[in-house]
Formats: sequence, C-alpha cells, structure tokens
Amino acid sequence: MRLKWSKLVLVGMLMVIAGVCNSFAGEVEVLHWWTSGGEAKSVAVLKELLEKEGHTWQDMAVAGGAGGNAMTVLKSRAVAGNPPTAAQVKGPQIQQWGDEGVLANLDEVAQAGNWDQLLPKVVADVMKYEGNYVAVPVNVHKINWMWANPEVFRKAGAKVPTTWAEFEEAAKKIKAAGFIPVAWGGQNWQEATVFESIVLGVGGAEFYKKALVDADPAALDSATMVKCLDTLRMVLQYIDKDAPGRDWNLATSMVIQGKAAMQFMGDWAKGEFVAAGKTYGADYVALPVPETSEGYLFNVDSFIMFQVKDKGAQEAQKAMARLIMEPTFQEVFNVNKGSIPCRLGMSHKPFDFPAICSFDSFVATAQTGGLLPSMAHEMAVFPAVRGAIFDVVTNFCNSNLASDKAAKRLASEVQSAM
Amino acid sequence: MGTAKVTDSGATLPAAPRRSLLAMIEELLPKIVLAPTTLAAIIFIYGFILWTAWISFTKSRMLPRYDLAGLYQYVKLFTNDRWWVACKNLLIFGGLFIAICIVLGLLLAILLDQKIRAEGALRTIYLYPMALSFIVTGTAWKWILNPGLGLERLVRQMGFTDFTFDWLVNPEMAIYTVVIAGVWQSSGFVMALFLAGLRGIDDSIIKAAQVDGASLPRIYRRIIIPSLRPVFFSAVIILGHIAIKSFDLVVVLTRGGPGYASDVPATFMYTFAFTRSRLGFGAASAMVMFCGVMAIIIPYLYSELRTKSDG
Repeated sequence: MRLKWSKLVLVGMLMVIAGVCNSFAGEVEVLHWWTSGGEAKSVAVLKELLEKEGHTWQDMAVAGGAGGNAMTVLKSRAVAGNPPTAAQVKGPQIQQWGDEGVLANLDEVAQAGNWDQLLPKVVADVMKYEGNYVAVPVNVHKINWMWANPEVFRKAGAKVPTTWAEFEEAAKKIKAAGFIPVAWGGQNWQEATVFESIVLGVGGAEFYKKALVDADPAALDSATMVKCLDTLRMVLQYIDKDAPGRDWNLATSMVIQGKAAMQFMGDWAKGEFVAAGKTYGADYVALPVPETSEGYLFNVDSFIMFQVKDKGAQEAQKAMARLIMEPTFQEVFNVNKGSIPCRLGMSHKPFDFPAICSFDSFVATAQTGGLLPSMAHEMAVFPAVRGAIFDVVTNFCNSNLASDKAAKRLASEVQSAM
Repeated sequence: MGTAKVTDSGATLPAAPRRSLLAMIEELLPKIVLAPTTLAAIIFIYGFILWTAWISFTKSRMLPRYDLAGLYQYVKLFTNDRWWVACKNLLIFGGLFIAICIVLGLLLAILLDQKIRAEGALRTIYLYPMALSFIVTGTAWKWILNPGLGLERLVRQMGFTDFTFDWLVNPEMAIYTVVIAGVWQSSGFVMALFLAGLRGIDDSIIKAAQVDGASLPRIYRRIIIPSLRPVFFSAVIILGHIAIKSFDLVVVLTRGGPGYASDVPATFMYTFAFTRSRLGFGAASAMVMFCGVMAIIIPYLYSELRTKSDG
C-alpha cells in the first residue's frame, strides 16, 4: 500500500514537471522547399539547434516548382485557417502576407538581438511589415556574377571583359575562334537575370531602383531602358541557337567543358564547378557582370512567422527566429549552401571563393546604395509585376522586337499587372 | 428484417411489409449508391465552376477575395498580348491535332482492315504510344527534336551538313512540334476507334454495292465513311478535350517557349493563377476557356444527339 502511494506521488510529480516543461517547450511546423542535398543539410542544422533547446520541429518540406508548389500548399492552408508556424517566403510576398494580417510580430526578438544594427537597411526593410519585423533573413546570394573559362579566352586571344565594350570585342574574337561566347539558358528567369544585371550596369543603381524596384513606368519606358535593351540585344548575338529551354546547370557545364567562354549566373553556379572537380583561378574565374562592380544584386531567403495561439508554440517560434539570426546557424547554414550570412560583421574564415568577395562587396555596397534587391529572384517587385517584366524580356530575347517598342511594352504591361 | 415474424404454424405474418421494404431498398439502392458520387460531382465540379466564375469577377490576387469588381479581370485579359498568343496556339494545335489524328487514324484503320497478315501485332504497335503518358512522350520528343541532340544532328552526321530542323527552338514553329508529339501519341487510339467502327459495318451492304458494280474507293466514300459518323463524333469529342486540356505535353516539350511562343490557355492559366499571385486574372482566363469549350461542344452535341434520336 505504501509502495503504491509513493508510486502515485512520483507519477504526480513527474506529471507536474512535464507540465512545467511543456509550457516552455513547443512545436514549430516549418514549411520550406530546401530539399536537395546541401540545402536539406543546412535545414537540419536549424532543426538540431531548436531541438537542443527542447522544442520539437515538424518538417514540412514541399519540393518542386522552385517553391511554387510550397506556395500553393501555404495558400490553401492559410485559407483554411490553419497556417504552419513558419514558412519560407521571401521578398515583397512578405508584404502580401502582412496585408492578410496573419503574421506574428517579431520586434521583441529583433530588439533583443539588435537586428537593426546587424542587417543592412535594404535587407531589414524587406523583413518588415509596416515597420515591424515579421520575417527572419537566412542567407544572401549575389546575382550579378560572370563565370568565365580562362582557357577559352586564352585560345581566342581575348581578355576577360569588365565593360560591355570590352565584352563585345572579346565575344567577336571568341566567336571567330569557333567557341560559343556566352552560355545561355533560354528560360525566362535566366533571361531576366542577365537583363537585370545589364540594367544595373548600364543604367546605374539609381536607375535600377526606379525601373525594377519601384516599377516606375517613366523609367521603364525611357532612353536609358532602350540603351539597356540594346546592350541585351548585342549580348544575344553571341549565344548559340540551341539555347531556348536550356537549364542553367547545362549552360554552366558548357563553360566547364570549354565549349563556351562565359555565363551570367548567381553564386550558386559555383557548385557546378566544384562538383566537376575544377579549381578556381586555373579552370574558372568569377567576376562581376561587366560594369556592375559597384553594385550588388541580392537574393535573401527568409522565414515568415504566422500568429499562433499556443503558448509553447509562441516560445518555440521566438526561439527559432532568434536562432536563425545567431552566428552559429548563419555560419554553418551558409557554408553548406554556398551563400553568405546576411548578418554583418561575421568572420570570413570558413568561407571560400567567391563567397569571400561577396562579403566585402555586400558590406561596401550597403554603404554606397549599390546594394539592391534582385527583380528576377523575387526580391524587388510583386509576383504579378515580375511576371509582366519576365514576359516582355523573354519575348524580346526570342523575337526581333525593337528595343524602343520593348521599353514601351515594359511600361504598359507592368502598369496593367499592378 | 425485424418487421417480419414467422409463426409456429410456419405461415408468414403479413408478408407485404417485408416485401415492400425489400422492394423499397431495391428501388432506392441505385440512388443510394450513386448519391455520394453525384454529390461529389455537384460540389467539386459544378460548385467549383461557379466559385471560379465568382472569383473571376473579383480583384483577387494572392488569396481569394469576394468583393465583386465587374469585368476588371476580363478587360485586362483581353488586352494581354500573351493571352492572344495562347489562344492562337490553341487554335493551331487543336485544329491540326484533331484533323491529322482523324485522317491518319482513319487511313491506318482502313489499311489494317484489308485482312492483312499479323494484324494483331501491327495494331498493338500503333496503339502502343497511347500507353505512355504525355510526360514521357514530351520528354522523348524534346530530345528527338532538339537540334543539338536529336534528328538534326543525326542527319548532319550522316553527311547532309545543310540539314536544319530547328522547330523546337524556333518561336514561329515551336507550336507545331507539340502537334507532332500529340499526333504521334493519339493517332493510334483514333485508329482503334475507327477499326472497331469498320468491323461493325454490315458486310452485306458492301457486298450488295459490289454486286451493283461500285468501285472500292466509291464504296469507301459513299458507304463506309458515312456510316462511321458516330465514330467521328466520339473521336472529335475525345481529341477536342485532350487538345483543350493539353498542359503536360506543352510544359515538358517546350515549357511554353521559346519565350512564350508556344503557350496555350491551360499553361497560361496555371502561370498567372498559381505562380504570379493573380488568382482573379487566372480565373477569368479559365472561364473564357470554359465558355470556349461550351461554344464548341454544345451545338455539336445538340446536332449529333438530335439526328440520332430522329433516326
């Protein structure tokens, strides 16, 4: 009998302890689309960190469609009134979710973590809805890179270009030597990636902001835009005719194999060179896209947090937001993914090329105003406007549309999509 | 069963209610069995058509909104360049796809119907593409038609260095590659339809015509093909809906490209509603597609079904 009582007391005490613990630990359900090798590894780091603090992580990975499928799932769950705790959403779409009034306010965590000092203002602005933090940035990718095969340049007797005039000169020589000057992927987002880099270079940071961030019709249909489109038309003369529909990594492999001289693509292209066993400097080099050395187009992935009722889940949510911004996670995650931390003042040590160059220009351009959100990678304008720009650019690339007509269409299609 | 009682004498007490209950169940059974599917069809097909119609009259962007905004989205749709490209492509693709499939299918069926040897094996070969999904067909044809990998390269390697066949990467011609792949996939099926129809024609009519001295082409033109009319009807309906809902084939084969030169309304709708947060705009395009289908199908069904009941 006594044994029984003591057992009961013990069980009771355990329950109380468990109850107390429960009120601090909670569950986060995280919707994301990082499912490929390096990315999945990077997410696992966050999961580990959260579990170390006693929270549970319920993974909700939705692969496919470059996040399109995940967004469809997220929308249907939000409409059903049952959103996950956190979801991978970036750029102006954060504002759209803010408009729905479903996002949790993270100001408390942000103040404790001093986010305003740690993040460049342009990046912090993306994470805020009406002045309050509602999202946590995870990483930074740089878009305006040019990847080149120095061997091909040597064979053609050309010099790796830093201006579009030099580019044209080099491309002529490369073409004459029987190589493809530019490895081109004829998919709308890749075409838009090159287009925005040209706009940044030819038009300058100020113009880029007006045209592709503010989507100002006067800037879209301007003499400067015509000049940018003329440059794009010039570049298009140096691609091969089989480009339509080509995936970006196939274009990269043309540079790796020495069939093509260069490719314009974000920093993730490096993974292809590394996977092919190439060494930087000898087999490939990376430079900013011509005339963009003063600029930095960024692509920042982030998590938005939804309002949850459960106290434990709220705690877990705050812990997740805090952990994402802490140096441990920022370092491990970005080394794995090949991007750089969005948090300023981190050690460069664990990173290698070209992430290391990306670091310095990230800091430098944050001061000068050359740090700008990428339009092609969903950082600058709403999806509808981005789609309208994509349509005109891809149509320009795949037809003989004149530059001035294309500029007019840019303005009218963007206005109609707004 | 509880209502009927058996007495000691073995005679059944009022048997009528038992039988009527059974009869009632028997009568209701088909309705009960069909009720869930009917209900599901009403909600998930017709209900959602109405819902889509409603959304198409709103300014819905990322998530549905229910405040009506009139023809706002339709005005935008009809001033959108890409929409007209998509519509034109559907006309080209649908028209050629249906016409070529029917002509080719009929020709194959007539040739197979000549009591040839190994007909079974040949029939299977022609019907086989039907067993593949459009994803597989699209991927295979993408490689075959790619100038750098497939046909063009093969012929050039054989020595004809001037040979070009670059429809897949040519914005003017890309939609025709979709026709090629679609026809390859579906004409065997149409052949099977026509073959079944040909086998169903009474031999005595043909014999009578032969006795009257009609030539073989004339017999086909005047007797056999006209009597295949119901098969034409089925073929057009089936091919028509394949053409209008064609999505996977286009996505895999050309991705709507180069640019958006081979976009069709189905891919257009998906792009705008789901990847560009323009739900209302996408819904408007879906409704226009729906009305287009109705405009073609209803008169056709009406005329075909009426003649049938008259005859």
